Amino acid sequence: MDPVVATLSYDVAAVRRDFPILGRSVTVRGTGEAAPLIYLDNAATSQKPRQVLDAVIGYYERMNANVHRALHRLGEEATTAFEESRSAVAESIGARSPAEIVFTRGTTEGINLIASAWGRANVREGDEILLTEMEHHSNLIPWQLLAAEKGAHLRFIPIREDGTLDLDAIESLLTERTRIVAVTHVSNVLGTINDVRSIIDAAHARDIPVLVDAAQSVPHIPVDVGALDCDFLAFSGHKMCAPTGIGVLYGKESLLADMRPYQGGGEMIRAVWYDRAEWNVPPYKFEAGTPDIAGAIGLGAAVDYLRRIGMPAIRLYEEDLTRYALARLEEVEDIRVYGSSPDRGAVISFNVGSIHPHDVAQILDSDGVAVRAGHHCAQPLMRKLGVAATARASLSFYNTAEEVDRSIGSLEKAREFFRRVA
Amino acid sequence: MSLDDLYQEIILEHYRRPRNSRPLDDVVARVHENPACGDAIKLLVEVDDNGQVGLAFDGKGCAISISSASMMTELVKGRTVGEAEALIDRFVRAMRGEIPSEVLDELGELASLKGVRKYPVRVKCATLAWHALAEMLRNGFRPSGNQVG
Repeated sequence: MDPVVATLSYDVAAVRRDFPILGRSVTVRGTGEAAPLIYLDNAATSQKPRQVLDAVIGYYERMNANVHRALHRLGEEATTAFEESRSAVAESIGARSPAEIVFTRGTTEGINLIASAWGRANVREGDEILLTEMEHHSNLIPWQLLAAEKGAHLRFIPIREDGTLDLDAIESLLTERTRIVAVTHVSNVLGTINDVRSIIDAAHARDIPVLVDAAQSVPHIPVDVGALDCDFLAFSGHKMCAPTGIGVLYGKESLLADMRPYQGGGEMIRAVWYDRAEWNVPPYKFEAGTPDIAGAIGLGAAVDYLRRIGMPAIRLYEEDLTRYALARLEEVEDIRVYGSSPDRGAVISFNVGSIHPHDVAQILDSDGVAVRAGHHCAQPLMRKLGVAATARASLSFYNTAEEVDRSIGSLEKAREFFRRVA
Repeated sequence: MSLDDLYQEIILEHYRRPRNSRPLDDVVARVHENPACGDAIKLLVEVDDNGQVGLAFDGKGCAISISSASMMTELVKGRTVGEAEALIDRFVRAMRGEIPSEVLDELGELASLKGVRKYPVRVKCATLAWHALAEMLRNGFRPSGNQVG
């Protein structure tokens, strides 16, 4: 799609009407007046459009049945809808086949699956796992557990002052002991969009596979696993307009085929005896037990919804809005924004003077503005930044410049309120 | 309820000028953290020959967590371990809404934290120091904890 056309044709007011929750108001604490909700916590989870909610309800109302088991009408329809969602997901991220799409509970489970099923078979004592200093706990702890179990070591690509990765360090960090590289595509704190393609190229030059944590990228920027040539890529449905409880692990078919199962149970087997079993083929080998069928169907609807708007259009709009929000934030006295990568997503972490982010978020909430305050599941990064916590505003394609303006007004109010103490 | 009810002047005053607060860098003790936000507090607990508790804290946190810690040290100082444990139990349960909020009126300035009960997430801020103290008293003032790796 032509970028200019995408911008011109983007109608945020129409998009907002798709999201029932954006029509609700919240009571302003103090005055008791009703103010429209301003939801700026999209990096934590996105809101859901009517189209997704209808798909979930529609499944339960018309075709609720277990998948891949029943030969009756409902089972057949549910299975078809479930597998159509898998195909829609595969197509949306450029996978070669739906067999490369494993449904999970979310990004966290996808990474744990790889650390467990791939890692345990391939990582040995003294081996190294290369991560970055900006990982979410979900792309750190699974590797810590694996390293502790195997006697392996974690290495980290350092971040620079501006919140970008020091890619020059990669060559020396990739050693003959490196078994896997796991990196985030977009930082959930700094907003940095990492040049994962360069990292993948460097790793592949040494035959090292790469896992991409795409929790913050797939919902916001066009992602093509073929172009990236990543080996594994994990993301969550709930951050991209789908329900909670459903996520995706993409894996190259050849790698998935060689991997041992993650969990045992129904669906993941082909034949079972009392003392042994034969595994099903991917992706079913990794989907033990009844899956989140409604969630998967909701994810399929979310993928369709985002495709209709167009990921390039979403990216352009969010880029503009982020630029605007950053400019407005700069006007606030004593503001400190963490991360200034030129290539960035719609995540902005900040602090106002020495006011604790909890207190900032509380004042914003009293005006109906929802932001996050805390360590954003990235405590080592927080330590690196020299802060215990930050406030974080994360935008989505349904947010508006007017919402940014009102939030800035609330920030000024917070500054005023705590002027006497902080 | 308004912001002024939540952030009462007493709270802001303790936040501005926390009592019994000093750097404890050279003290070996576990740093207690609120896993939800990364706020951290370190306590120094001593019991003198008369069985009276002495307290100091070193913390990073929001207005609610710091003021609550400050007020806690004032309330608990000079009490016995048993008395301190009873106070912790009453404060924490009152903040969680398990017992009536009027209990807080008997705890002096801590009554100013009543408004926090309406904000479940902030209750964790208000009780961080108290949980830290409870754990230290329970373990004979020694740190404890599990970790990966």
